[in-house]
Amino acid sequence: MAVHSRSILFCREVSNLIFRKNVVRRSSHFQYYPDKNTPVEGETTKLNMFQAIGNALDIALEKDQSAVLFGEDVAFGGVFRCSMGLLQKHGKDRVFNTPLCEQGIVGFGIGLAVAGSTAIAEIQFADYIFPAFDQIVNEAAKYRYRSGGMFDCGRLTIRTPCGAVGHGALYHSQMPEAYFAHTPGLKIVIPRGPVKAKGLLLSCIEDKDPCIFFEPKVLYRAAVEEVPTHEYKLPLGKAEIVVPGNQVTLIGWGTQVHVLCEVAEIAKNSHGISCEVIDLMTILPWDSETVFNSAKKTGRVIIAHEAPMTCGFGSELAASIQDDCFLYLEAPVKRVTGFDSPFPHIFEPFYLPDKWRCLDAVINIVKY
Amino acid sequence: MVVSSTIIRFTRKLIGSIGQLRTITTSSKMSQSVQDTTDWTDKLEILKPEQVKKIPMYRIMDENGNIHDTAKDPMLDSETLRSMYKCMIQLNIMDKILYESQRQGRISFYMTSVGEEGTHLGSAAALSKEDLIYAQYRETGVLLWRGITLQECINQCYGNNLDRGKGKQMPCHYGSKDRNFVTISSPLATQIPQAVGSAYAFKRNKSNRCCVVYFGEGAASEGDAHAAFNFAATLEVPVVFFCRNNGYAISTPSEEQYRGDAIAGRALGYGISVIRVDGNDTLAVYNAMKVAREHSISKERPILIEAMTYRMGHHSTSDDSSAYRSNEEVETWQKFNPVERFRKYLESKNLWNEDQEKKCVEESKANVLKAFGEAEKVNKPDWREMFTDVNWSMPNNLIKQREYLANHLEKYKEHYPLQSYKHF
Repeated sequence: MAVHSRSILFCREVSNLIFRKNVVRRSSHFQYYPDKNTPVEGETTKLNMFQAIGNALDIALEKDQSAVLFGEDVAFGGVFRCSMGLLQKHGKDRVFNTPLCEQGIVGFGIGLAVAGSTAIAEIQFADYIFPAFDQIVNEAAKYRYRSGGMFDCGRLTIRTPCGAVGHGALYHSQMPEAYFAHTPGLKIVIPRGPVKAKGLLLSCIEDKDPCIFFEPKVLYRAAVEEVPTHEYKLPLGKAEIVVPGNQVTLIGWGTQVHVLCEVAEIAKNSHGISCEVIDLMTILPWDSETVFNSAKKTGRVIIAHEAPMTCGFGSELAASIQDDCFLYLEAPVKRVTGFDSPFPHIFEPFYLPDKWRCLDAVINIVKY
Repeated sequence: MVVSSTIIRFTRKLIGSIGQLRTITTSSKMSQSVQDTTDWTDKLEILKPEQVKKIPMYRIMDENGNIHDTAKDPMLDSETLRSMYKCMIQLNIMDKILYESQRQGRISFYMTSVGEEGTHLGSAAALSKEDLIYAQYRETGVLLWRGITLQECINQCYGNNLDRGKGKQMPCHYGSKDRNFVTISSPLATQIPQAVGSAYAFKRNKSNRCCVVYFGEGAASEGDAHAAFNFAATLEVPVVFFCRNNGYAISTPSEEQYRGDAIAGRALGYGISVIRVDGNDTLAVYNAMKVAREHSISKERPILIEAMTYRMGHHSTSDDSSAYRSNEEVETWQKFNPVERFRKYLESKNLWNEDQEKKCVEESKANVLKAFGEAEKVNKPDWREMFTDVNWSMPNNLIKQREYLANHLEKYKEHYPLQSYKHF
């Protein structure tokens, strides 16, 4: 499916990187805010996000001999270089290419997990996860429940690049988290940078439920941080307050967190508004405690995500916040999101919930 | 600048390979894999399906249960043969009684296996109990052979408190961890690529086990079947694909399902070895499975068995098959009935007689009725079970929802069937 467009995208990415100095990157809708919160003591290395993910995969393969890594083109290192060197280190029976078939990849991964192996499957772009929707929603998510706990595929993790990349158009830009958030039995995780990616991915791999790990692809190279060298895990189902504040709560995940960090900075410096930025990190099950506490403190909440508005995960948050924090709210909960259209090619700058749309929402919600 | 130098190196590689591709095409050579496998021709020829010889059907026993070439007889010991037959009878009788009980509204749904008993018992008896089985839903005989009790089957159909599946799935969605039989699910063909994944794990463990996956010829039209065949071949796994080709997928006859040489004809296209067998010849199925199992494990390669049979019963209790096929058609298949054929074989060997038949039928009936009576008496599970096993540990939102329902039921208890559910 869509091999041609995938390879075009890939080549373009490579050339973008080589000639970076001469071109204006079109995917500059955000400024990266490195994670300064070192989760564990000890040695660190400067890594970008694909390297941090590769490092996590290396640790997982090293630690657990049953673990295998597979998908389309993972053997040579992956089209985004996340599995570079892993075949050479761990062997071709543990890091291997599959035929080009997403439903097969997930079905195969479920079977590995049912037989007790740790299965790390890659779907090349989140946009191509839909052929595997049936295997994920009807099978993986329901395995434990329907067998009364006799069988499960908790050792399955599906990794997939997601989100806007500047020029990915309809099928290299999607954020499909909300489709899966409607499915009991899954865990859904989205990191905002290398430090979080490594810790959260290692948690997903060891978690006893099937996990989908969405990797915002625009961060693969753009995000560089000091990442702890040794193994560490970050808890699933826990959000993080990235920027503390007391007037408006801004909730996002993935790349959007960086947009919100910048919005908080502008709001403070230019408008004297104090924003609290929350990175949700786990979409399912989401951290209602952190969200509700912040909403009760500030009384104003804005949720921002790249995916379309209608039935996006922001809807779930907004409904839950009004249900739990009704008496504390000073203004309606607002959503700043992608529009209810497919993700466009040349109109990307107008489509994304960028800092200006988010900032405008902050100014409006304070005035409400 | 480790990163950028890697990328430059990589780009060079990429450009290099494009260059290479160009030289190959200009020198009028196809890619290596194609050149290795085909001869050139200057004749523009269409190869039509009817030009290819159909895969023959393996059988060793005639309609009267005679094996003419005794060398082909697997020579199973008398006890095994009798057990296989008794299992068929038990399956038939359970089917009859549970089918009727659905008609009386005592269970919500049922699916019989009539006509396909030979495929179940022949294949199951040739496997090691360590081999992992993935099934579709019409393989109850396989599970009976593995030792599931009637009580367990009927508890599942009732969804009572003793059901290991905790009453969560529809009837006939059996599963048994102890018997290496993965819990059945309704979506068709999803289990086929899963079986390939499990077989890959077995191969890595060097566990000397294979994975067997059953599916109907209708399910073989699903994309997951294609995925599984291709993954199994390229990843070289010890899996046996067992297709029950019974002529119908609900109302759809096989000529509306495919136009090739049925399912077996596809295997070679995937590079998979294949056997087509008469599914109503239990011992031919046994021989086929025995060889297939050995092949899959020793060669670490997949193999496909297509067992040709006929669905004698309705698709399910929600189906009346007379709406799309004639009684005459069903009648003509009666003479190929695998159970009768197997009985004649046993009789010819003096392993079975009229008295034993009568006794077996009566015992089977008594067993089913007893299990049925027991199952009916048992309460359904506690309603709180509805919330368990969604995740490994219960997430907070679900704990809250369980509390909400507890409060609601306290207030409105008279409106819910709480008395038939277990309570603490």
